[in-house]
Amino acid sequence: MSELVADSIDMTFHTPAGEAVQALKDVSFSLKQGELLSVLGPSGCGKTTLLNLIAGFLRPTGGVLSLNNREIDGPGVERGMVFQQGALFEWLTVAQNVDFGLRMKKHNKKETAKKVEEWLEIVGLQGFGDTPTYQLSGGMQQRVALARCLINDPDLILMDEPLGALDALTREKMQSLVLKIWKETGKTIMIITHSVEEALLLGERLFVMAPRPGRLHKEYRLPFAEWGLEGDLRDIKNHPQFVQNREEILSMIWNMEEEIMGKTL
Amino acid sequence: MFSAIAEHRGFIVGLIFILLLIGLVAATIYGRRIIRNEKTDAVFGNPERALGGWYWVFAGVASILVIWFYFSWDAARSYFPDAANELCQVAKVDTAINPMRSIFPIDSRLLKGTSLLARDSAQLNQLDRDLARSGFTDAEKTEYGALVGQLRSALQSMASPDNVDPQVQKRIAEIAQRVDDVRAKLADPAHPGAASAAEIEKALAQPGWGESTTEVPTYPVTERGRKFAAVADEVAAIAKDFTRIRNTGAVFDARIKEIGDKIKQLQAGFDSSELEKKELQARETYVKQINKMYKRIDDGTVFPPNALDQVEASVRLFEAEAYRQQGSLRFIDAIAMPSGTIEAGNTSCSEQGSGRWLPKPSDTLATLVRISDPDIGYKGIPMLWYQQKPLAEMAGFFIPDWIADLVPGEYPRHQPDGSINENLKTKVLNVATGNFPSMSVPVPMGHIWDSILRVLAGLFFGILLGVPLGLFMGLSRFAKGFFDPLIELYRPVPPLAWAPLILTIFGIQDDGKIFLLFMVAFAIMVISARTGATGTQLSKIHAAHSLGATKRQIIKNVILPNSLPEILTGIRISIGVCWGTLVAAEMLAGTTGIGFVENVARKQSDYEIIWVTIILLGVLGLLFDLIMRWVINRTIPWRGKG
Repeated sequence: MSELVADSIDMTFHTPAGEAVQALKDVSFSLKQGELLSVLGPSGCGKTTLLNLIAGFLRPTGGVLSLNNREIDGPGVERGMVFQQGALFEWLTVAQNVDFGLRMKKHNKKETAKKVEEWLEIVGLQGFGDTPTYQLSGGMQQRVALARCLINDPDLILMDEPLGALDALTREKMQSLVLKIWKETGKTIMIITHSVEEALLLGERLFVMAPRPGRLHKEYRLPFAEWGLEGDLRDIKNHPQFVQNREEILSMIWNMEEEIMGKTL
Repeated sequence: MFSAIAEHRGFIVGLIFILLLIGLVAATIYGRRIIRNEKTDAVFGNPERALGGWYWVFAGVASILVIWFYFSWDAARSYFPDAANELCQVAKVDTAINPMRSIFPIDSRLLKGTSLLARDSAQLNQLDRDLARSGFTDAEKTEYGALVGQLRSALQSMASPDNVDPQVQKRIAEIAQRVDDVRAKLADPAHPGAASAAEIEKALAQPGWGESTTEVPTYPVTERGRKFAAVADEVAAIAKDFTRIRNTGAVFDARIKEIGDKIKQLQAGFDSSELEKKELQARETYVKQINKMYKRIDDGTVFPPNALDQVEASVRLFEAEAYRQQGSLRFIDAIAMPSGTIEAGNTSCSEQGSGRWLPKPSDTLATLVRISDPDIGYKGIPMLWYQQKPLAEMAGFFIPDWIADLVPGEYPRHQPDGSINENLKTKVLNVATGNFPSMSVPVPMGHIWDSILRVLAGLFFGILLGVPLGLFMGLSRFAKGFFDPLIELYRPVPPLAWAPLILTIFGIQDDGKIFLLFMVAFAIMVISARTGATGTQLSKIHAAHSLGATKRQIIKNVILPNSLPEILTGIRISIGVCWGTLVAAEMLAGTTGIGFVENVARKQSDYEIIWVTIILLGVLGLLFDLIMRWVINRTIPWRGKG
């Protein structure tokens, strides 16, 4: 069983002035295979730090992070990452971006080409293989980023505000795509977002984090992701339970923001 | 074909000049109409409006060419091919009469006699003051003072009309009459009559305007020119006689002789036994100064204020006549030959002003064509040509000779009978040193090629070493800290400041120059590669890590391509800076290259070659930049779009 376990993670940064800033304090949770987790919180609560720790770009100053009982030690292919702006290699074509991971592993060329075709079809980019990525729209670039991550068949997919820069319509389409991929591949997915609606829609589980120091504030278990697989996303957003959860979380985050502002002033 | 063009140079230039003027006007009218239309549909400040247009490009180029044709007097030469020759004759007259006119207040404010009198009086006064301050004895002071006083009265006596010798008066009147006579000849349409066969032959034999190093043909080729030339000789003779007249006479001569004798007496009478050496020296110096004034006044160059009026009036009348006789030539000189004119020296005439230092476009082109001929070239070396080089020579250049040392065995010694038995080692050495028969291939050579090759070689090594070091510095704290001071210390030094040192160490041939250019390119490439590497988005590197790339793969597949825009921009800048440095370095030392050509031309004041090299450098620099722009557009189309 693939399982992500965070055991009382602490993370302290040192500013250039020598001050210690505690970004995360005593964060513990576990994530089972195939779970869809969204993480929400006001800015500065350590969401991205948590993601970077799991991805292996940072090392925790305390506690242990492990995936499948193996401690996380640096970046790895088993943890795929999708970035906010896509972080595509603009000097490569769509297909070259998608097969980047396989090429680095010197994977069989024929098989790689076949896989690229498959994944471009899944994300709805068939026929765009030879297009330079800088000619794509923002939504299409995010699809390439998804395909590039998924072709490596990671155990865990980390998404850092992947839809943040997209317009409302594209965003909704991409939300459906994420749900579709979650269902079809049964991958464990962890999404960081600052949109409450997106967190509710794309979270089987939802963590609300609190800032200073960053910590897990509240956990929700939500049905909307399951619904979203079948139903229309807009209907779900108007469902009374969705509205109620949304308002609750919004006021929670508002309170935290006010608290911070009060503290800094 | 070129010789045919050169023969009709004047006609072609005239045609081109007219076409340029017409084109300039047409393009301007067309361009203005387009601007007027734009005013209605585009707001001011919209960059789209600054896109230019071929008509404005044409107008710009045409303006430059028109200015060039005009100010180099190429247009004037085309439309008035004889003007320079005629102006040369006019200039001869000007030069001839100049000694006379300089005596009268025509160009200067004062009559020459007035200013001479003022100057000499002031200096005599100074002698009085010096005497009062000196430590001479009273007897000496009286003696010297009397001498100065005598000189003063001699000077003043020259200004008095009563003292002028009748003989001198007569000679002055003669000069005035002679000037009047020459003026009459100038006004006479029949003067100087038909040209002799010898004169015609001489005039026809000389090369035309700008066709040889004498620039302007000296012998008159037109009727008007012949008149001025003939008059010039006569005027020169009159001027010579006039400057010989001295305002002396019996009274003056007697007085001046008395002064001269006294000075001689004084100079002989100094007795070194009585006086200290220093005191003696002071007296000698003072008497020497008196002697100087004596000699000047003895010249008799000051005349009474109105004694020369007759001559002055004649000279003024002559000049007015000469001006009238020039006729249309005056307008050609003023309008077609701006900022300068033709001036006559002792033996020849030359262009002075913009026509001199701004070579004519047609001559410049002809010079370019001439030195482009590989058989002529410049200083025995073609500008750009090819030579057949055996492949063996290149193999010898690239294969290091010590390869032969690695072959087992000994190099053979010569045999007692004088023969040498070649073994394997010798054979390998022959290959390594290029000592074997092979076919020849054409290889480019010449001044232009040498310059280009040096830039490319310097650039090549700069890129080869600079880019890896720059990337390393962008990725490693150690490399950044360790190499930064080295590079930042030598980079700000202007490359030419290094040149004397580098050229001394590496030699004035290619090695030194290539190393100098390498230094220039290296610093730029390190800094641009470093900027590119540090400018890589962290998320891209994170992404590559997450996709399983190793460090080496990340450098090759992420950081290097990401730095490519900066690296290519660095190359583009390097080429420009190298090009500038190279030419300066070639001017400092060397025997080939465009800079060398320009330096030699500078020493010989060969303005045409200088302009040819300037144009060549500009065109080649532009060509390099265009190639780099093309390469940049081809290789990094994503730039600014990531």
